[in-house]
Amino acid sequence: MNDKLIIAGKSYSSRLLVGTGKYKDFAETQAAVEASGAEIITIAIRRSNIGQNPNEPSLLEVLPPSKYTLLPNTAGCYTADDAVRTLRLARELLDGHTLVKLEVLGDPQSLYPNMIETIAAAKTLVAEGFQVMVYTSDDPIIARQLEDLGCVAIMPLASLIGSGMGILNPWNLQLVMERVQVPVIVDAGVGTASDAAIAMELGCDGVLMNTAIAAAQQPVLMAGAMKKAVEAGRDAYLAGRMPKKFYSASPSSPTAGIIGSTRS
Amino acid sequence: MITVSINGESRQFPQAISVAVLIDELGLTGKRIALERNGEIVPRSMFAAQQLADGDKLEVVVAVGGG
Repeated sequence: MNDKLIIAGKSYSSRLLVGTGKYKDFAETQAAVEASGAEIITIAIRRSNIGQNPNEPSLLEVLPPSKYTLLPNTAGCYTADDAVRTLRLARELLDGHTLVKLEVLGDPQSLYPNMIETIAAAKTLVAEGFQVMVYTSDDPIIARQLEDLGCVAIMPLASLIGSGMGILNPWNLQLVMERVQVPVIVDAGVGTASDAAIAMELGCDGVLMNTAIAAAQQPVLMAGAMKKAVEAGRDAYLAGRMPKKFYSASPSSPTAGIIGSTRS
Repeated sequence: MITVSINGESRQFPQAISVAVLIDELGLTGKRIALERNGEIVPRSMFAAQQLADGDKLEVVVAVGGG
């Protein structure tokens, strides 16, 4: 079936995007990413540990840009300026790579996005030629503005980052999807496979997750579960579910030809 | 003598050196890094040509796992 996720003109077979944080080691990161089937994986940009064993392996040796579409993020940034600087560094680090994940956080407890700073950063980044996938609140008006600014994917939260609370407001996700043309990817809040399936059944174009896999008791097994859930949810969306009815006057088996009663 | 800040840590060098020499001193030559000097990216192709100056603030970054 030719059902591709298209972001900024490039098509992807997998609609599951995964993060690479919180794993116990690179081997587990690699195994989980592999099991997830994800083609787009997020990475963070951080200060090099000056003076500390420069020969330790690097993430990009385990997850090479030749095999995956790397999506550098701005996690931990609380201002537009810090986010823009971080992504300029990422572009230099990845040899001119322009597809990025913008997130500007509002407070360290909730990790809820600061949309005023996010919009300011998006304007600058788009003007500088970045292809911006943007983490956002599930506000449909803001989502539309981000698309109008030139963002290539809108990524609303389903619940707070790292919370695993699932899809708290499917109605707002619906409003967002109805108002933007670019892909809508649920980013944050997925806790288990059914959450991912629900997001896809709603019609989301993809799901991005990290903690739901990394913090599972068996991350590699969960990565595989998420792959299936995203595929199942997408197929269910495309298939078109039956309407919900409180009860049905139409049983699944024929009503004619039932054997006769022996009671008189 | 110049003093520069590298990732928030103060370092002194007996004389002005190039970014390339600094990267070598840090053991990062050939590693996949990116460098910002006083808020501006220094492309890898410019490492040899750019001389550090007293008071420079440098950020040297790598890719790490993240969500």
